[in-house]
Amino acid sequence: MARRWTNDLTYADATPQAAFWNRRRIMAGLAGSGLAAALGSQAQADLAPAGQAEQALEPNTWEEVTSYCNFYEFGTGKGDPSEYAGRMTTDPWSVAIDGMVDNPGDYSFEQILGEMTLEERIYRFRCVEAWSMVVPWQGFELADLLNLAGVQEGAKYVAFETLYRPSEMPGTAYKVLDWPYREGLRLDEAMHPLTIMATGIFGEPLPNQNGAPLRLVVPWKYGFKSIKSVVRITLTDEEPQTSWNMANPREYGFYSNVNPDVSHPRWSQASERRIGGGLFARRQPTLMFNGYEAEVAALYEGMDLSEYF
Amino acid sequence: MGFANQLVRRLPVWAVYLLGALPAPWLFYLGLTGGLGVEPVRALEHEYGKLALQLLILTLAISPMRRLLGLNLLKFRRAVGLLCFFYVLCHLLVWLVLDVQILGQILTDIAKRPYITIGMGAFVLMLPLALTSSNLAVRKLGRAWSRLHRLTYAAAVLGAAHYVMLSKGFQIEPLIYLGLVLFLLALRLAGSRWLRQAAGVGV
Repeated sequence: MARRWTNDLTYADATPQAAFWNRRRIMAGLAGSGLAAALGSQAQADLAPAGQAEQALEPNTWEEVTSYCNFYEFGTGKGDPSEYAGRMTTDPWSVAIDGMVDNPGDYSFEQILGEMTLEERIYRFRCVEAWSMVVPWQGFELADLLNLAGVQEGAKYVAFETLYRPSEMPGTAYKVLDWPYREGLRLDEAMHPLTIMATGIFGEPLPNQNGAPLRLVVPWKYGFKSIKSVVRITLTDEEPQTSWNMANPREYGFYSNVNPDVSHPRWSQASERRIGGGLFARRQPTLMFNGYEAEVAALYEGMDLSEYF
Repeated sequence: MGFANQLVRRLPVWAVYLLGALPAPWLFYLGLTGGLGVEPVRALEHEYGKLALQLLILTLAISPMRRLLGLNLLKFRRAVGLLCFFYVLCHLLVWLVLDVQILGQILTDIAKRPYITIGMGAFVLMLPLALTSSNLAVRKLGRAWSRLHRLTYAAAVLGAAHYVMLSKGFQIEPLIYLGLVLFLLALRLAGSRWLRQAAGVGV
């Protein structure tokens, strides 16, 4: 496996208690900060890549992370997911892993958890709508799950699907998008150590509105790439179709890397509003690749990012 | 409708102004104190914009309601129209001051992004309407006043289109607003001759 991304944050750093926030600023999600101390694993600061300047990140609150969501299967309003997602059954849950893999099949959530080591990742989260949060995720590297399934030679892309269960998802009564929700990554993006499958936030299991029980998190891409409540992962040699790209290819590209220089046709991406600042918060500049440029820029060497946006 | 019309006759216009304006400070207060959720800027912008659109639809509905239902709210039409303009102004101010904040970006947005161009267009069309809302202007402009105030139709179409265009994906709510606007305008097209004969007032 390629070098692992490590984390210097402890579990306690991400506990949403005011006392913690006041006592220490959180150094998070960044190269160069000597990232270590995954849950239960040894600190390996010497393995952390040298990179950009350190920056203090303070995670958003539990309320902010769980009450302001996009999950159109439960409605298009930001409050709809937290209001309606409770009726989604997440136990039992299994993920079909198929396509170009050695061990295709239905993997139960428990089976996956049994094979994976959970760790803490505090990442910036940047929505294509120009708002952002900082989220303390728990999860495991997608690469580990893909290796478990055995990626075959020739596979170039990974396709994902969200649960589609109309009886529990009132938003799917309208064809806002072509259900089920679909997303995809290039294989090297999927295998990148920053790419995780999250199972929790703040040390709690993921609330349904945040994509329970298992979701993708790709921190250098706009949030909609981080598909929620995953039920299928397919390895393929063709670029998979993705829901937003199907709905409006002019506005939502396959890559959707966070890029302040490429504006969305309907708004600028140069700055963002950090959730939780209240009515009078200033906008902040958006960082290239959402601040993970040192880690991921090499994936796109030689590509015109305004064409492959 | 007789009873409703009697009630309408008793309700003073200033009460409509007062009741209609109250949601503005109330929503702002909610935004300040967390009542609009964790992202109050976007919520406030949407609430003001939606109220403006609802009031615009109400002004368009006043004549057909009298013609088809016998409910006479003509006395309040100016108040509803001015309240609509007030909420458009609030919506615009939230966008300028609390949301985008950066002048260069505001100008780029207006020029480059069609849904914002259209929204600004609706605002510009409503300016002369608000400015000529006094009795004096009505008297001085005479027939030109009613012709001028047909700009409301264009503003309503642009306002509803603005909402449809800013929505992500295929959403129902903005389409309902656009549908209502188009329906109310179609009623005018169908009944304008009849209405002029029967009512003798501006459509």
